[in-house]
Amino acid sequence: MAALCEGYTLCGLVPALNQLSSEIQGIEEERDCDHVIVTDSTRSVTLYKVSDQKPLGSWTVKQGQTLTCPAVFNKHTHEYVAVSDNKVIRIWKEDDILLDKAFKATVSADVRAVHCAHGGEPAVLFQRGAVRLLDSLLSAPQQPVEEILVPEEAIRWSTSIVAETQQLIIFTTELNGDHFLYLQRLNPNSVQKYRLEPEGPGLSPLSFWASCKDKNICLLYLYPNGHLYQSLVSVRGPATDEGAQVVPLPRDPLLSLPVGEEPLDAASAIFLDDAHVAVVGVPHPAAGPGKDFLCIWNTNFQTLQAAKEMAGKLYGQLWSYSSKLFIPHGKVLSVIPFACPRSSLASALGKLKQVKTEETKPPTLVSSWNTILHGEQPPKPVETRKPRTTRRTQSAPSLTIDQVQNLIKTAPAEEVQKEVERLLSRQDLQDLQPSLGQLALALVSRSLADPAFYSSSSLTQLVHTQCLSHSVCPDLLPLALEKKDYFLCQLCLQFFPDIPEAVTCACLKAFISLPDADSEKLNLEPESVSFMEMLISNEHAQMGLQNGFSPASCEEGRTDTIGGPQTKAEEKGNASPKQSCPLGLHKAALINEVLQTAYSETFLLPHLKDFSSDHVVLFLQYLEFLYLRYSTDSFSQTHGCRSPTLNQILDWVCMLLDAHFTVLVMTPAAKGLLLNLQCFVRSQVRLFSELGKIEGSLQQLNSMKMKKDVGQYSIEVIELY
Amino acid sequence: MGEFKVHRVRFFDYMPSAIRAMAFNSHTERLAVARADGAVEIFNFADNYFQEKVIPGRDGRAVEALCWVGRRLFSAGLDGELTEYDLENLRPKYSIEAYGGPVWTISGNSQGTLLAAGCEDGTVKMFEILDERIQFQRNLDRQKGRIISLAWHPSGTKMAAGMMDMIRIFDTETGSATHRMLVERGAGASKSKEVVVWSVAFLSDHTVISGDSAGKFQIWDGSTGTLIRSHPVTKWDVLVLSVSQDESSVIAGTSEGTVVQFQFIASTAGQEDKHWFRTRTFKNHSHDVRALVHTDTAVVSGGMDTQLVVRPLLDKVEKNTQESALRKIAFPHRNLVSCAKKAGLLLFQFPDHLELWRLGESDGNGAPGEILPVKRKPEKLIQLKRKGEDHICCSALSPCGSWLAYSTVSSVRLYRLTLSSNSVSIQKVSKLPKELRSVHQLCFSLDSSRLFASSSLSSVVVVALDQTECRCLHTLKHKSGSKQPIHILCPSEDGRWLAAANTDCEIHVFDLHKKKLHCSVPAYSSCPTAVSIHPASCSLVSVHADQQIFEFSLKQKEYTEWSRQLQRQGLHPLWLQRDTPVTRVTFNPTNPAHIVLHDAFMFCIIDQSLPLPKAETKLYNQMVLRSFPQPQRSRESHAFKICKNFQHLLSVTLLEDLSLVVVERPLLDIVSQLPAPVRQKKFAT
Repeated sequence: MAALCEGYTLCGLVPALNQLSSEIQGIEEERDCDHVIVTDSTRSVTLYKVSDQKPLGSWTVKQGQTLTCPAVFNKHTHEYVAVSDNKVIRIWKEDDILLDKAFKATVSADVRAVHCAHGGEPAVLFQRGAVRLLDSLLSAPQQPVEEILVPEEAIRWSTSIVAETQQLIIFTTELNGDHFLYLQRLNPNSVQKYRLEPEGPGLSPLSFWASCKDKNICLLYLYPNGHLYQSLVSVRGPATDEGAQVVPLPRDPLLSLPVGEEPLDAASAIFLDDAHVAVVGVPHPAAGPGKDFLCIWNTNFQTLQAAKEMAGKLYGQLWSYSSKLFIPHGKVLSVIPFACPRSSLASALGKLKQVKTEETKPPTLVSSWNTILHGEQPPKPVETRKPRTTRRTQSAPSLTIDQVQNLIKTAPAEEVQKEVERLLSRQDLQDLQPSLGQLALALVSRSLADPAFYSSSSLTQLVHTQCLSHSVCPDLLPLALEKKDYFLCQLCLQFFPDIPEAVTCACLKAFISLPDADSEKLNLEPESVSFMEMLISNEHAQMGLQNGFSPASCEEGRTDTIGGPQTKAEEKGNASPKQSCPLGLHKAALINEVLQTAYSETFLLPHLKDFSSDHVVLFLQYLEFLYLRYSTDSFSQTHGCRSPTLNQILDWVCMLLDAHFTVLVMTPAAKGLLLNLQCFVRSQVRLFSELGKIEGSLQQLNSMKMKKDVGQYSIEVIELY
Repeated sequence: MGEFKVHRVRFFDYMPSAIRAMAFNSHTERLAVARADGAVEIFNFADNYFQEKVIPGRDGRAVEALCWVGRRLFSAGLDGELTEYDLENLRPKYSIEAYGGPVWTISGNSQGTLLAAGCEDGTVKMFEILDERIQFQRNLDRQKGRIISLAWHPSGTKMAAGMMDMIRIFDTETGSATHRMLVERGAGASKSKEVVVWSVAFLSDHTVISGDSAGKFQIWDGSTGTLIRSHPVTKWDVLVLSVSQDESSVIAGTSEGTVVQFQFIASTAGQEDKHWFRTRTFKNHSHDVRALVHTDTAVVSGGMDTQLVVRPLLDKVEKNTQESALRKIAFPHRNLVSCAKKAGLLLFQFPDHLELWRLGESDGNGAPGEILPVKRKPEKLIQLKRKGEDHICCSALSPCGSWLAYSTVSSVRLYRLTLSSNSVSIQKVSKLPKELRSVHQLCFSLDSSRLFASSSLSSVVVVALDQTECRCLHTLKHKSGSKQPIHILCPSEDGRWLAAANTDCEIHVFDLHKKKLHCSVPAYSSCPTAVSIHPASCSLVSVHADQQIFEFSLKQKEYTEWSRQLQRQGLHPLWLQRDTPVTRVTFNPTNPAHIVLHDAFMFCIIDQSLPLPKAETKLYNQMVLRSFPQPQRSRESHAFKICKNFQHLLSVTLLEDLSLVVVERPLLDIVSQLPAPVRQKKFAT
């Protein structure tokens, strides 16, 4: 799970006059990961040691001059390069004190920026799109510079990357609302121009970010409507004549970020690694309309991994160097270290969830995983548009997502329910997937705001699509609990991969304390109920030897632990026939659902401690009952229903004992229970130690069989050289 | 070089027989090995341990002891008979009944005049050795209990006899027992069991050494009849002893498969006072060591696990030479597999039956290294049980697959086979010419019209075959005077020549058209192990026990240029270090420059058009060549293309369709058929 650490301030900022952009023009890494140079928007360049949070040096141009591009550091020569007043290139070293006495050269055209990629040479990008290596430019500063861009075209963003020893200057331009990407390769020089797919009228990308991903340049860009796209461009480029034609740039939607009412104005997104994106200036999905958040999203699972509210105004600026995010906000520049461990399903979900049932389930669940994992690759827009147009010709036009969303805010419950149903009955549900979360969010927030409004069936349907997760709609499950909508709770537990342990425990608590009388009236998922029915009806069927454990031997084992014949008889009386289910049918079905959720023990334990001792004993009795049922020989796990596995049950027993050990030992009611468990475990340990003894020899047998594969006769082909 | 389709055959269930007894003749350096099925094999230790002769066994004959007297070989067995072998005609010469029940042991005196046999009835019978036969002379004093082992004192006046629970010393002149030495029984449960003195040795200083079933190695004073020293060697039996010629070292073989050496040395260097000390233990067998020979330089052992092991004593040989390498002889040095090249049939020879198999088929081709799907499985067509009590000594299958012949020491049988796709019929040819009675080697001509049989006195009988009759055409003889048996017969493909090699290292080439000797290949000191005549150039390729290869042109009657060049340059050292002989040479019909030959661990295609490998180049270079691109490959390659993919080879032949037939007999398969060895306590079992 990615995490944002506690940040610290690197320096204070003087707010710029127009209040819209920050004072900072750029931040570049200096000699190592602990040094950065910060160029402010006017005149000065400051070198900071990040871990010490203090400046090591500062250089300023004369009053009246301005720095027009961020200073860069050339690691080969240990020189700083900056441009003042668009045309004067300045180069200095760390021990130069006065910038005016350092080297300068005036060039013939306006410079857009100087870039020095890690491992590359400094290169100069001119306003009109030409690119020169700094060295060659300085050898003849007044050399004529050609114009690449057409007159109206303007550079919006630029960067430099070294990929496979190929140095590239990448910049985007805007021309009459169209956006273009230029890929300028250096040594040998060649340029390739791509056209970005238009997103919508009047929408220009807010931010760009480029990184190198195995032989491809990966361009990440964010639109004001919250859509985040990724485009891959090969470093090598097509073999066609350079720049001859404009190639359309294919794009893959990565995320659809929640935006709120207004479009975004100052936001940016950068890749932290293959699967994580840091986004600044976008509202937190659970925290209302404020946009002052720094979030890390996992693009594989579309889950929010970490978020941090930043004090003061955000300028939509974000840099990342060596596991630190640099973010100007309010009146300070903060450094926030982060960690993005390699994401896997297990880390994203806490624990691997229900491998067995996923196999036995019909493929819907599996395909839903695919959409969660690869939701960023829906079919190409051309393909999806086509069915949409045909649908419009159909008789009953269903409302678009946005319309339904608006409807939810005001309309009565019945109408909302109807519209949601109609929306969900559409076939292209897969395309809708990102927006379903917003729909659920809207429903939940309406319900929270308006206690009279609660549309259980709509929410149920939404959960049934299996496109939702807890991080997309964190209030849904607590709402369902509050409304005592246990069926919805069950579905959520079943389909959400990422329920926090606190919520899981809250559900468990609610389920256990549910009066039996109420629970029997519940309408739950039939499969889970039928499983419990089977389990309970099975219970009276036979009482034989159970996986090496027989009640009789259990009794025998116990005699030496408890003295006195009287207690023995007593124990016998209440222990052996105690195989009936301590919970009601529906209640048990609900608890089974909890048993199957994913969790991390460390997070679950503190919440488990809140349980009262009665509840713990009851729960433990139920777990013991399940365990006994499972370990009978007659009850194999081949029934195919979704059910907790033996391991899950044992894990819960262990956790419960851990959380309440002292309480259980002190409680007289739990004594018999604990003794039962103890002798059960002992008999199992005995069995397994016996099994362990023969394991080695059986394994040997296996390997022997493998070896003896040479038959009596074969026809082979050999070659002699 | 090219791709070959290989039929990898593992269904030949060849099972060698356990070794029961051995005798070494240090003058001729011949080792005689007797096996449990009664067969006797002669190995020439002077010629790379080549197995020169095999005298087939016979049902009911169990050889228990072997003994050389001069160049004559005698054996005795539990059938109560003493046998002398005819080593020129590879058959028992005569047998005489000892009239004492089963004979457990025989021993000749060092003068070569008397042969003593220890019998079940407790008598030691003395036989006088005459020129042509042996004659019973007298009995020594009869004892209670069987005589298990015998040892002459070098002077010939005394004799030690191992019995049940005791050792007796006889005066051979008077025939009376002079001493009686009681051997202690084993401890514990075996206290009630008689101890068997399996082996005794009598040294010239009158020391008697015994090995017994209680696992003791004991040293006695033969002149006083007292025990000097007892060494417990094993928990099981000490089965056999052997003394070095200088009497300074004795080796003992045990049931555990170990050989323990005792040496007569001083406890501290330079002192005169010498004792017998246990010095070394060799473990080269998994089962009982039943037979043991202490040569001057090596320990030769054999037993239940059927392998003959020559373990050089490293203080007697030069280190890191070929002589110092351990040798295990597991397979016979002759062919037990005949292959009908045209018909794709294989004939397997067992002591008591023959098996005829048809090879399988696969369709299509595959890339090198692939295993092709078998379309038709191999099929056993005939299992032919031999007639009579004598074991099969040789067999042959005609190239077209329509004739089959085998021979025992007493008779030859010829069968006509008719094979169609779904039926097999076999018909015995009833009237065979009387010349075909006792043969050592059989061979058909390529067109299956002639049968060649090597007969007594190094002669070859030529028999004409056709559908109606079979008659003897003539007998080919050479004039070198050698009476040694012919062990290789090889006709040329055009039917003109016939090469015959005998164990006197001679190769004679007969002209079949003129029906007389064409020439004799210049004699070489090492015995030929495989001979073949090149179909195109009519040159004779011979490979010898010392791994040398010669090519002799039959037209020019001289060694070919290639052969001379090979001798000038010398064979590669690694080639000379191989320890199994080449047992078959064949040629590639499509490429006359290719010679295919094999030993037990590799097969090799010699390309005469390529340069010979120099001593410093890599001989086994197939893996290296494979990694090279084509041009470099042809630059780096040399004449010897050796393939070690297949191991424990009994036969490699090239069929007419250019596919190779490789008959493997993995040693593991043989080991798995052996009886369980004695139980030994191993750590953690």
